[in-house]
Amino acid sequence: MIGSGFAKGMWVTLRHFINTYVDDVRYGFRKFSPNVNNFQDRQGPHGEGIFTVQYPDEKIAMAERFRFVPFLVVEDYDHPDRPGKDWCTSCGICAKVCPPQCIWIVRGEDPNGKPIPEPEAFFIDIDICMNCGYCAEFCPFDAIKMDHDYELASYDRTSSHIFDKPKLSKEFRYWKSIAPTRAVEEAQARGGWEHKDAQKAARRGGSSRDTAAAAVSAAAAAPEAVAEAPDNKEAKREEVRARRAAAEAPVAAAEPTSAAGSGEKPWTMAHDDMEKRKAAALARKAARAAKK
Amino acid sequence: MHDIQQDLKTLPIDEAISHLKERFPEAVSNDTREGYGGVIVDKSQLLTVAQYARDQLGFDYLSSATAVDYLGEGNHSTDHLEMVYHAYRTTGGKALVFKAQTDRESATVPSLVSVWKGSDFQEREAFDLYGIKFEGHPNLKRILLWDGFEGFPMRKDWKEAYYEEEHKPYSSRWPGGHIHRSEERNIFGHNVKYPADIDLSRLTDLSEAKLYEGFGLGVDTTQVRDPNGMETDQLIINMGPHHPSTHGVFRMMVRIDGETVLDLQPVMGYLHRNHEQIGERNTYLQNIPFTDRLDYLSSMGNNHGYVMAVEQLMSLDRKYKAPTYRTEVLRVLMVELNRIVNHLWAIGFWLNDLGAFFTPVLYFVQERERILDFFEAVAGSRMMCNYMRFGGVFADLPERIHSTMNLMNDRVRDFDTMQFLTDMINERIPRTIDELDEFLTNNEILKSRSIGVGYLSREDAISYSVAGPVLRGSGVAYDVRRSDPYSIYPELDFDVAVRPEGDMYARYQVRLQEMRESVRILRQLLPRLEDTKGQPVSENNASYAGKVPVGESYGRIENGKGELGFYVVSAGDKKSTANPWRYHVRAPSFINLTPLGAMSQGGKIADIVAILGSIDIVLGETDR
Repeated sequence: MIGSGFAKGMWVTLRHFINTYVDDVRYGFRKFSPNVNNFQDRQGPHGEGIFTVQYPDEKIAMAERFRFVPFLVVEDYDHPDRPGKDWCTSCGICAKVCPPQCIWIVRGEDPNGKPIPEPEAFFIDIDICMNCGYCAEFCPFDAIKMDHDYELASYDRTSSHIFDKPKLSKEFRYWKSIAPTRAVEEAQARGGWEHKDAQKAARRGGSSRDTAAAAVSAAAAAPEAVAEAPDNKEAKREEVRARRAAAEAPVAAAEPTSAAGSGEKPWTMAHDDMEKRKAAALARKAARAAKK
Repeated sequence: MHDIQQDLKTLPIDEAISHLKERFPEAVSNDTREGYGGVIVDKSQLLTVAQYARDQLGFDYLSSATAVDYLGEGNHSTDHLEMVYHAYRTTGGKALVFKAQTDRESATVPSLVSVWKGSDFQEREAFDLYGIKFEGHPNLKRILLWDGFEGFPMRKDWKEAYYEEEHKPYSSRWPGGHIHRSEERNIFGHNVKYPADIDLSRLTDLSEAKLYEGFGLGVDTTQVRDPNGMETDQLIINMGPHHPSTHGVFRMMVRIDGETVLDLQPVMGYLHRNHEQIGERNTYLQNIPFTDRLDYLSSMGNNHGYVMAVEQLMSLDRKYKAPTYRTEVLRVLMVELNRIVNHLWAIGFWLNDLGAFFTPVLYFVQERERILDFFEAVAGSRMMCNYMRFGGVFADLPERIHSTMNLMNDRVRDFDTMQFLTDMINERIPRTIDELDEFLTNNEILKSRSIGVGYLSREDAISYSVAGPVLRGSGVAYDVRRSDPYSIYPELDFDVAVRPEGDMYARYQVRLQEMRESVRILRQLLPRLEDTKGQPVSENNASYAGKVPVGESYGRIENGKGELGFYVVSAGDKKSTANPWRYHVRAPSFINLTPLGAMSQGGKIADIVAILGSIDIVLGETDR
């Protein structure tokens, strides 16, 4: 009958419309409550109806393997032995494997001109970076990792899109927090939580620091212990920030400060960009809570 | 006599080659270079040999025709240009590879358009990028670059505007990596050559005028009569490049009489980035993420084709270990999911072109979203997957698809990977396909718009070298997964979707059927995934600077849009090389456009939009 195919199609559209509300009822209107994480239902394989994410009010947390512009792992700023020390040994593998060649590294040298395992400067041009993840994949020291922070838009690309070492550096605990499973796997492969060089030094020096693989295995059994509980993360972060400010001076003295790090180059970005965005995210969160 | 001919058409490839050598003893000789296969044909006899291979030996399908520049290669050959052809039989089997050599200065090769129409665009590409002149080509113009372009950018002595070094990795990056922006290095005008007679201020005028040459411009309009004898006029209009119906920056130059299309010529290259030249600067490994950017809707398939081509070369090395079984299962899993994504997208946007504006496409995108979530959790990115490696894949499936809360993002999901996959394959995807079927297959408007429109006959489809659903929609049951099997496809049970009608509706039905077949394959993969749990998946990828033995290879797979081939040559060194000498992409989106003009003739303006949609192109792959 002419028109039956047409009517059938209309019925499908109507069904979709209805299903959206059926889904709401099925999950008890949780979609509308701002603080309940209903994403498990809405985004799962059984969710029907629309599942639009209300960005930027809602943001989906990224899967662990998600890769965006890389960052450099540095030792935690409250690390007892080597606070803020780069994990990078400036071996140059990431710069060599990088397909668009967006990584520039200045190898560190001691006053005698002998190479030391630490980069003097490290740049990534994020306009060129294609987020392939090779640098992280082939780094033998787990020193460069792909980030989850994808909101890098800015008003001026010429001055702010070349990331230098201070901008790239993030604490090791940040990596543990965004990729708990992988951090544990990598630590097991390394033989302990510490950097390979630190472990070697510890073995040589007979330090009492526990770097045994057993400790990591225990952590693997309870990965929550590794990733901090979300509740007190905020407080901890504040604490770390304060400590970081305090620790900045001695760290700077210990390291040969790169020319680019001192803020003379035109591309050195506003350092509080990240802070501003974090503050905005917190404000949004608070607003949601208040609305409730 | 008839029987002998039939025998010739089913000769195994080795015997076919020896037969060809017997038939043309002075023109055909073996390609004896190390790691190379096929035959070298003297270019004076090329046309005859090609004709014979097609008519008598049954190699009716020209898959790929491309050029290689052996300038300063030195180890295997002297400086020359070489055309490489891969011809297949539509009944299945291995390729007949034949090559024609010419010197770099005169650079002329006879055109094969009279034998295989599918060589039309490919020869134009070789003319454009290598400067090889094809004698007897009906329309030998630049195809990807603009007409006023000076030089041939794929030749080995050509340097691009941002040229830094011959090969990556560049030495300026480490250890003294003082950064510079490439823009700062490239003073405008430097390193860019213009022909002497070009007036820069009138640049586009010159190339445009050339484009319209022989395309009805300058027709004496007083002589044009419509069927009723009325004096009328023809019009040239340009659809695109900035037109939403062209799926990207693509342009169709159309000569019309009223609403009726008299002639259509695709104009492309607006997204051209000399992908192949970039690929030759790269190391082998560095090319994998670049292949993602070809057909960006099916990056898994692109990865697969490329790693297969390089693995063929690597297998010449005795130390090479083939991918494990689990690796192959994972690859097929990803590629089949990707095929579903591709077809959902293709059908969705084709319906858009037909006027079912965005309702269906959003239903399909919703399903695609699930699959992309899965890709993101496994490979790290939704579209630019960069998942496969030589001899392996990037990583095994994660135990759980989960995310953790941090300051930036607070909406968390956590699924068991296998459970998620099982639900997807057994419930969600089939449900969506059924719904799509119910939604529009019997829709009267859709049928009257698409049945009988955009017709491509079986013979033309083969001759034009079209691939994928366009070929199968014309009644040719040719699917690389079946006719030249790779990976674990031989042991999987599926049917090749095929329709005899050759119109847009047939292509739609083929795509629909193919998605069902993909689901069937995916269902067979689930137990295999369970069985192989724990097997290693990345054997050879420990090295970031692996070398590849010398030779040539052609890796091809059945991608969503059709046959995707990678022709890779490793040359320039005695034993093994770090960078490909030649890296060519046989792009289905590009070659499938060859019959667009023929399919559109006699149709209406509104039809050509839908015909283009039914071919399903992605400009990233068309323009490369």
